[in-house]
Amino acid sequence: MGQQHDAYFVPAKSQWPIVAAVVMFLTVFGAAHWLNAAPGEAGFGKTVLTVGVIGVFAMFFGWFRSVIRESLAGSYSHQVDTSFRMGMMWFIFSEVMFFGAFFGALFYIRMFSVPWLGGDGHGVLTHQFLWSDYAAAWGANGGNGPEQIGGSFHTVPAWGLPLLNTLILLTSSVTVTIAHHALRAGHRGKILLFLGLTVLLGATFLYFQAHEYMEAYRELNLTLHSGVYGSTFFMLTGFHGLHVTLGTIMLAVIWFRVLAGHFNKEHHFGFEAVAWYWHFVDVVWLGLFMFVYIL
Amino acid sequence: MSHAATHDHHDDHHGAPKNFFQRWVMSTNHKDIGTLYLIFALTMFFIGGSFAMGIRAELFKPGMQLMQPYFFNQLTTMHALVMIFGAIMPAFVGLGNWMIPLMVGAPDMALPRMNNLSFWILPFAFILMLSTLFMPGGGPAGGWTMYPPLALQSDSLAYVVFAVHLMGISSIMGAINIIATILNMRAPGMDLLKMPVFVWSWLITAFLLIAVMPVLAGAVTMLLTDKYFGTNFFNPGGGGDPVLYQHIFWFFGHPEVYIMILPAFGIISEVVPTFARKPIFGYKAMVFAIACIAFLSFIVWAHHMFAVGLPLGAEIFFMYATMLISVPTGVKVFNWVATMWGGSMTFETPMLFSLAFIILFTIGGFSGLMLALVPADFQYHDTYFVVAHFHYVLVTGALFAIISAAYYWMPKWTGNMYSEFWGKVHFWNSVIWVNVLFFPQHFLGLAGMPRRIPDYNVAFANFNMISSIGGFLFGATQLIFIGVLIHCAFFSKKKATDRVWEGAKGLEWTVPSPAPHHTFEVPPVINDDELAHGHVND
Repeated sequence: MGQQHDAYFVPAKSQWPIVAAVVMFLTVFGAAHWLNAAPGEAGFGKTVLTVGVIGVFAMFFGWFRSVIRESLAGSYSHQVDTSFRMGMMWFIFSEVMFFGAFFGALFYIRMFSVPWLGGDGHGVLTHQFLWSDYAAAWGANGGNGPEQIGGSFHTVPAWGLPLLNTLILLTSSVTVTIAHHALRAGHRGKILLFLGLTVLLGATFLYFQAHEYMEAYRELNLTLHSGVYGSTFFMLTGFHGLHVTLGTIMLAVIWFRVLAGHFNKEHHFGFEAVAWYWHFVDVVWLGLFMFVYIL
Repeated sequence: MSHAATHDHHDDHHGAPKNFFQRWVMSTNHKDIGTLYLIFALTMFFIGGSFAMGIRAELFKPGMQLMQPYFFNQLTTMHALVMIFGAIMPAFVGLGNWMIPLMVGAPDMALPRMNNLSFWILPFAFILMLSTLFMPGGGPAGGWTMYPPLALQSDSLAYVVFAVHLMGISSIMGAINIIATILNMRAPGMDLLKMPVFVWSWLITAFLLIAVMPVLAGAVTMLLTDKYFGTNFFNPGGGGDPVLYQHIFWFFGHPEVYIMILPAFGIISEVVPTFARKPIFGYKAMVFAIACIAFLSFIVWAHHMFAVGLPLGAEIFFMYATMLISVPTGVKVFNWVATMWGGSMTFETPMLFSLAFIILFTIGGFSGLMLALVPADFQYHDTYFVVAHFHYVLVTGALFAIISAAYYWMPKWTGNMYSEFWGKVHFWNSVIWVNVLFFPQHFLGLAGMPRRIPDYNVAFANFNMISSIGGFLFGATQLIFIGVLIHCAFFSKKKATDRVWEGAKGLEWTVPSPAPHHTFEVPPVINDDELAHGHVND
């Protein structure tokens, strides 16, 4: 009877999927309503959005709690574990493609639309008829387009905070790997130390990122409105920052789960999934550092 | 004991739960969730169909008849969004949910709760989208492709963008589930190259979904921020480019086209061998052809954009890459024909719909080849020729395959035989009226009638009237389908056997009809003679 490895597991009925669908609906319905509200009458959409967002967090809490309970009760076979792994891998792949859309937009804008607007190559007519005095450039001298949308601005220098943030994220990837090895070796103190360090590094990254944003807005006049340079800069770094936030929260949850003794040498998929996610966030940052800050 | 399924202790071991809410809303059962998907898709099919009736009524005669142009534009936009994301895609996911675990010998989907969430997101997403029709300012009217700057003018944009996000989340989760099920839940002995072609087609489709739905999410997110948060992705004044949207959109959009047809190929590859009583011809070639089509779908997107002013080199590349797709597609069509060659054929309703698919989809494919030619496309672009082309591919292609699948597997779902007489009435009316509806649109397009326009030159009057009559009758014909479904599910006296069809092979026919609530709790033993495509290891 002890051999359950080949057994199929079909989980019990659950209220969480329908709860998730409802709170997701409330979130986006509230957000859409708020966006369309006339100035000064935002109340209703905002309230619905707030309820929805709180609901989403509550839902994640409840859903994961029930999964963790089932996992601790030993309900999950090797096969379920594999399904979870595949689920996480393909989820990360979908995230890669999401960032791909924004990186693709950045490349297209830099390779085609801005040069064409400046009179280069194929799109020359727009230049000739609309903005014949626009000289194509990226960064501070024309990255906000022929109409100088958002006014003149300065870019964030790559070799200051962004470099520091790169080092921080790379270090955090090392610490999370050390924590993983410690977990496999069963050294709980070491896990807690290095996982805790990873969480702190993530939080530090976010702090610096927020600092960089404030500096960009206050001193560099680099805003979301700064033409397409501002659009790509803030959307790419913003979505990345959102993912770091999510990853840091997930790492923190895992830290508490290690403290509670949820993992052992063999079974710690929750840890691994978050570690994969963290590496993914790290790799995206390397792309950002290269293509948004340096080049 | 090691092979028995371990259900959670709360679960009912044998039958479905009695409590309605528990069974349908909290479900973790692939069959119930599949049924929900199919019912949802059918409902959306009729909602989207009613929009189409409105469009055809307005176009019945030249001049403005029934509605304001702005409302007409909302109808064309909503018709497309509802049919693509509400009817065709959920119908395929529903079929996949029902049949993939049965076909690979799995007790359920790999991630049953996420499966339930993927479904339940959809009704909410469509409530969000359809509710815009009743709001001041109306629904989206810039076409389903949502090209800026036109789409940015509508107040409903935020609702539609968020609805698309929800649909994307649903599709991605559904696709992850299908991949995990196929790769991880197959019964021992069900090797990848022994799987039915339908399962293969879904595996590849699921990969496409995960690869491109996030890209759509990114594209519409940029629309959202351009409208509400002052970004300039699509504003040339700020250094952006509206054509950029089209590139990102069609990088999603072209694989999306195959997302809506590859599972159809899978269905036809199940139905034709059954009624020809021969294994599918060239099983491996069929699988590789699907993979080839999926690969090519990523490098052809700009053929939707030949008229926007691409560099010449890009136009030529995308033209040749697009025409290349006809090679693997031709392999599939020839293999279906070769499967029937020398077969002992019978013509039950599923087979009739599949045969109509092969012929009419091929017509749609040929008009696609015409559109792939850059110089010709300059003439055809945004005309009714395009409308005729993609309706041949999507209605007589994807939809006919779905209907074929419904007739084919309905006895397994309900345990009853449907009425063959009414099925044939449904088929012949569908196949006649769909051609009356769409064939004249080729001529309209070649003569220069633009799409998405509520009024037209009197020169186009006759063909438009013919097309509208075909449209109304095709719409009415689908009510017969509802009747057949209800009769089969609740009133039919004729019980289905386990095998149902004399020539049917595959694991799904080894379980009783109707399929019990839980199947393959003990993995089945795979016998090569039972596989739909016979021995493949030679």
